[in-house]
Amino acid sequence: MIKKEMVAMLLAGGQGSRLGVLTQNGAKPAVAFGGKYRIIDFPLSNCINSGIDTVGVLTQYQPLRLNSHIGIGMPWDLDRNVGGVSILPPYEKSANTEWYTGTANAIYQNINFIDTYNPEYVLILSGDHIYKMDYEIMLDAHKANDAALTIAAMPVPWEEASRFGVVLTDGDGRITEFEEKPANPRSNLASMGIYIFTWSKLREALMATAEQPECDFGKHVIPYIFNKGERIFAYEYNGYWKDVGTLTSYWEANMELIDIIPEFNLYEEFWKVYTKCDQFPPQYIGESATINRCIIGEGTEIYGEVSNSVIGSGVVIEEGAVVRNSIIMSDSVIGKGTVVDKSIVAENVKVGENCVLGTTEYEYKESKLSTKVYASDLVTIAENSVIPDGVKIGINTAISGVTTKDDYTEGSYLDSGDYIVVKEGASR
Amino acid sequence: MKAIGIILAGGNNKKMRVLTKRRAIPAMPVGGSYRCIDFALSSMTNSRIKTVAVLTQYNSRSLSQHLNSSKWWDFGRKQGGLFVFSPTITAENGEWYRGTADSIYQNLDFLKRQHEPYVVLASGDSIYKVDFDKVIDYHIQKNADITIVTKAMPEGTDLTQYGIVTTDESGRVLNMEEKPMVAESNIASCGIYVIRRRLLIELIEKCAEEDRYDFVNDILIRYKGVKKLYAYPLETYWNKISDVESYFNMNMDFLKKENRDFFFKQYPEIHSKIDDNPPAKYNPGALVKNSLVSSGCIINGEVEDSVLFKKVYVGNNCVIKNCVILNDVYIGDNAHIENCIIESRGTVKPGEVRIAEGKPQVLIEDNERYMI
Repeated sequence: MIKKEMVAMLLAGGQGSRLGVLTQNGAKPAVAFGGKYRIIDFPLSNCINSGIDTVGVLTQYQPLRLNSHIGIGMPWDLDRNVGGVSILPPYEKSANTEWYTGTANAIYQNINFIDTYNPEYVLILSGDHIYKMDYEIMLDAHKANDAALTIAAMPVPWEEASRFGVVLTDGDGRITEFEEKPANPRSNLASMGIYIFTWSKLREALMATAEQPECDFGKHVIPYIFNKGERIFAYEYNGYWKDVGTLTSYWEANMELIDIIPEFNLYEEFWKVYTKCDQFPPQYIGESATINRCIIGEGTEIYGEVSNSVIGSGVVIEEGAVVRNSIIMSDSVIGKGTVVDKSIVAENVKVGENCVLGTTEYEYKESKLSTKVYASDLVTIAENSVIPDGVKIGINTAISGVTTKDDYTEGSYLDSGDYIVVKEGASR
Repeated sequence: MKAIGIILAGGNNKKMRVLTKRRAIPAMPVGGSYRCIDFALSSMTNSRIKTVAVLTQYNSRSLSQHLNSSKWWDFGRKQGGLFVFSPTITAENGEWYRGTADSIYQNLDFLKRQHEPYVVLASGDSIYKVDFDKVIDYHIQKNADITIVTKAMPEGTDLTQYGIVTTDESGRVLNMEEKPMVAESNIASCGIYVIRRRLLIELIEKCAEEDRYDFVNDILIRYKGVKKLYAYPLETYWNKISDVESYFNMNMDFLKKENRDFFFKQYPEIHSKIDDNPPAKYNPGALVKNSLVSSGCIINGEVEDSVLFKKVYVGNNCVIKNCVILNDVYIGDNAHIENCIIESRGTVKPGEVRIAEGKPQVLIEDNERYMI
């Protein structure tokens, strides 16, 4: 009979709506990061580097890119005879067919999958954080504590603690109390959304809470286990951990990679981050190029000026173009003489010649579309968009789709805070 | 499928001097992110050839490591696969491969057991992108016995390095000479041949009976009047690693846009072993012009007209001009290197000055590396 010590379940079904147009056509875990990776590469690489070779990836929102990225898991060595990676979308049942209505509900609907591997422990992960973590050490702590549940938690600055779910522990690390986004936090140990459950305890809790609408780990399953008096421990983590759930934090996390010795170092030999590699050639830096403080992916050609930026693979930055403080994802083209400042340009975008992205010449305005999503003076361009020659685009803006001059005010500019979303299948 | 592939990757080349001390020529790094043999393997997989045998002998460890998995080139299927055949001692034979024909003879069982009608025979020391389907179609259309892929070499090429063929108007080979002192034409053999599998077996067996071991001299040249040899003219890029200078120039060729577009951008692409290096990183002080930079590089200094392979570290205030820097080289601060090839895994000491005049110089920098 198959026996795996621990199976990982990676929750990758959420939209990540706070990433705005970046997640318009694909789930958040599939969003590109750091010049060649996608966000999901980090937990997947952590799994294989921690010796976990059985991973279920729960998908729901627009999974196409996630599916083709993961495939049979070859880039992560998760193509296995026994185990490996399985993509688990919601499925039709003989009765009560439903979507994944909550994090715990998604796992509940896949109890059969986990049972197949007969594990002792189950690791629950989410696909929206950038970090390197050895889950095996966390498992050792779980075993040593004889815990039913171990929650990875990290100390955050006290002034930020009220943004998180924090845990209170006794001297041994056993959790005595939970506080969700407390106004006056009594602890700064924030839960990272990484859980190791003893499978028998989790299974029992999932069955007991099955009838809860939108059954969630934080709201239902963990309180259930806690109230039963089971042993719940915090596992303190002190490395780099970055939530990339908002455009601002996503942009910041990318920018942190270009520090001379970044806190999150991709260049370490013994904890590699793996990804599906579509591009092989080296990058070409042209005669007219100027490059300073940036990371650049494979096969990119640079003829213009790039500074403080993260450039993906297969990008072309033409002569006279200037890219500053920006993220340009794979296969995009920045036309001649175009200036790009503090922008996030998603994959396969064509920016015309002599444009200005992120100009501050217009009066400062907050986003009309969503002030929560489009902030921090960023320009965000969705994948496969086209920007015509010669237009100027203000800050706190968003563009999605194939735009022409007619879409811009007076055919020439987009005011700060404004947006253009060209519907798919529109006349153009 | 119409053909199987055989890649001849066994030979040494003394003209490469120290560079082949560590590896066979097919394992030489080329074009920043590739090894020489990737071009033959990719052309085969892109031409839907499913079974490929690589015949190795000289210094094959590095090549075997590169070929550690056939999945990089999409071989390793239930039908077909990538096979690496080194000489073995058997009940009948205790010899090394005594030549290219002999290397095929020693693996004749493999050849006999396939069912594809044609064999594409290629050497592992050249770089090119060839659609072998087209060569096979040409071979069939000409009703040829052996088709030789050829390239018209530009004026000024030292033709004594190549096999030279002369043809009539229909493409039929009239004469062929191996590395002649005086070349009759500028048409060079690319070392890529198409031949019917059964004919190849027949010729190789006859060759072995007569104690002859070389494919070019003992089959092509010897049979040129008897068998119908045709030349397939290749219009696109082809180049061979024949000595240190040609190796240097071959890498520099990738700085030309037309060659980059042909190899890097035009479908189908060249595949190679995936190393999972992070993207290249440019720190303050980096000044890079007209250069190729591969994944995993970290650059703090000045780089001009150079090709940097994977995981090269360039220290502060360095000046690197007109250089080919192979994989995993560490260049300490304030070094000044011009017109050199730095052997892989080298460590250049801080402040080192190496400016080669004339022909590019090969640097082997086996210094202790101190890393933080």
